[in-house]
Amino acid sequence: MEIIVSITVGVLVAIGIWMMLDRGLLRVVLGVIVLGNGVNLAVFSAGRLDGRAAAFVTEAGAPALAANPLPQALVLTAIVIGFALFVFALAVLKRSWELHDNVETDRITAVAEEPSPDLPAPPVPAGADAGRRTAGGKRAPSTAGTPAAHEGGTT
Amino acid sequence: MNALVVSPLIIPLATLVATLLARRAPRLVAALSLLGALALTAAGLALVGLAAQGEILASQAGGWAAPYGITLVIDRLSAVMVAITGIVGTATIVFALARDEDPARGRDFHPLVHGLLVGVCGAFVTGDVFNLYVWFEVLLVGSFALLVLGGGKRRLSGTVVYVVLNLVATMMFLLAAGMLYGASGSLNMALLAQAFAAGEVPATAHAAVVLMLTAFSIKAALFPVFGWLPASYHVAWTPISALFAGLLTKVGVYALIRIVTLFWPQAGVAHEVLLWVACATMLIGVLGAAAQVEVRRILSFHIVSQVGYMILGLALATPLALAGAVFYLIHHIVVKANLFFIGGIAARLTGSERLAAMGGLYACAPWLAVLFAIPALSLAGIPPLSGFWAKFVLVKASLDTSAWIAAAVALVTGIFTLLSMSKIWNEAFLKPHPAGAQGARSAAGLRPAVWAVTALAAMTVAIGLAAGPVMDYAVAAAEQLATPRGYIEAVIRAGGN
Repeated sequence: MEIIVSITVGVLVAIGIWMMLDRGLLRVVLGVIVLGNGVNLAVFSAGRLDGRAAAFVTEAGAPALAANPLPQALVLTAIVIGFALFVFALAVLKRSWELHDNVETDRITAVAEEPSPDLPAPPVPAGADAGRRTAGGKRAPSTAGTPAAHEGGTT
Repeated sequence: MNALVVSPLIIPLATLVATLLARRAPRLVAALSLLGALALTAAGLALVGLAAQGEILASQAGGWAAPYGITLVIDRLSAVMVAITGIVGTATIVFALARDEDPARGRDFHPLVHGLLVGVCGAFVTGDVFNLYVWFEVLLVGSFALLVLGGGKRRLSGTVVYVVLNLVATMMFLLAAGMLYGASGSLNMALLAQAFAAGEVPATAHAAVVLMLTAFSIKAALFPVFGWLPASYHVAWTPISALFAGLLTKVGVYALIRIVTLFWPQAGVAHEVLLWVACATMLIGVLGAAAQVEVRRILSFHIVSQVGYMILGLALATPLALAGAVFYLIHHIVVKANLFFIGGIAARLTGSERLAAMGGLYACAPWLAVLFAIPALSLAGIPPLSGFWAKFVLVKASLDTSAWIAAAVALVTGIFTLLSMSKIWNEAFLKPHPAGAQGARSAAGLRPAVWAVTALAAMTVAIGLAAGPVMDYAVAAAEQLATPRGYIEAVIRAGGN
């Protein structure tokens, strides 16, 4: 049993890492989930693997071949957390797909390291002179009104 | 007392729920959020007050003794980290009260920040390896959502880098936790430390710790694995990237300090490796900053270089060096968050984050120049600001242990830091704005942001001027770290009743 589980963990981790080295971002994210399953299985195998009885202690004492409940609890937690993060990663992936058309890791890195866009002009309080608004607008003509306009990051 | 131990978890959690419930009333959300952050600061300061007396507070969830229950432990280091988390959290929320172009972003901001604070505080107070993993995940979920808040191409791309690298790091950590449990039969840090000290663990447990330290090194952005940090921190909204810059890598540093001092208190091979990693991190980080032309990217590379100093303190493993690392943590969180805040204000006033397109700030906002000078000089280590004392202690500790190269690297890094701060000064403050007089924008609506920045700058000066008491606290915290027996006994005693 241990041998089968160990080999499965090794294969899953290998597949996961191989997929994460891919250029396509979808395969990277899928690779993360495969790796995650390998890791979960490894954590699971940290306890006794061939426990057959439920781990209930009675007055007569603990059963001889009790399963170890702790790794099961740990893996359950890890699965829930991993699933939530995987769904979030997929959502981010879908959104970048919509914005970029093709999703490749090189392209993603290049976009993340682009020089920051000029900030949009701050909203001018009512009653202030209108001249300032045009002055601000001239400096940031390309970004105003697009989603990127909010990227500059000031308040 | 028990209530005080769990307060770093309960307060942000309650605030998170309250801000979600009040979602439809933005002003109420902001007020609740600020109240929650202030309460967390107060709880943190109360914990520091208790911990300063030398007592280690430990609590077992549900009253189950150590191997079965979930342990919460607060020693001097944890207490001061919780307090500083509250302070930086408060500053972030106050900064975000400044007028914003995008109200939707503000609505989601507050619950997420408190979600992040729950995770950060949880990581600081937990006494259990698997729970440390869970708290890391909690803070990751919050940080993912905060980073991408507001959307846009560039920000999404930065988030993708951050998400993938951090998922890999947490998986390594989970694997290591599983291996550690398989090898030693326990996940409680105190019991593990006891087993390690008694030599009762197989070699695989040491291998698991190495894997765990690798995962924390990714989180803390140490030398070969820091690439994700400067590729993602600069895309977030200003208060968010300041919060990240202040706290997130420091959780990794905290975990490194905790695990190394508990499991391997004697200097050994791991410390030797960490020493070289620390030197490389300091140098590469500061050299990377020299090549950058945007304010926040320069500052991001400086985070990497500064983390090297803290790890240097850990690697030298003498009580003085550990005290230096603790002092550096306290000083750095305040200074770095503040520099990101100021970078945001400067960008807002000049209309760009690129140094080439900035300028004229000294003429139009002299107050900002003063506010920038304080944390910038502190970061570079100019006396009498807080950074000087932190660096002084670390360099002295390196000289004491004859780590000449480390001392030289620390000093050279300080000089380079000063150079890159003067680059920001020359380009953003002294040089006239390239667009002429039109460059200056109105500072209207920025008042809360300026309050936050002023308060943090005042704290930097205060830490520098009152370096004695703060250093005494750091030395006492380092003593607790260097002798894990007190920690172990506190945990076991807490399970006894």
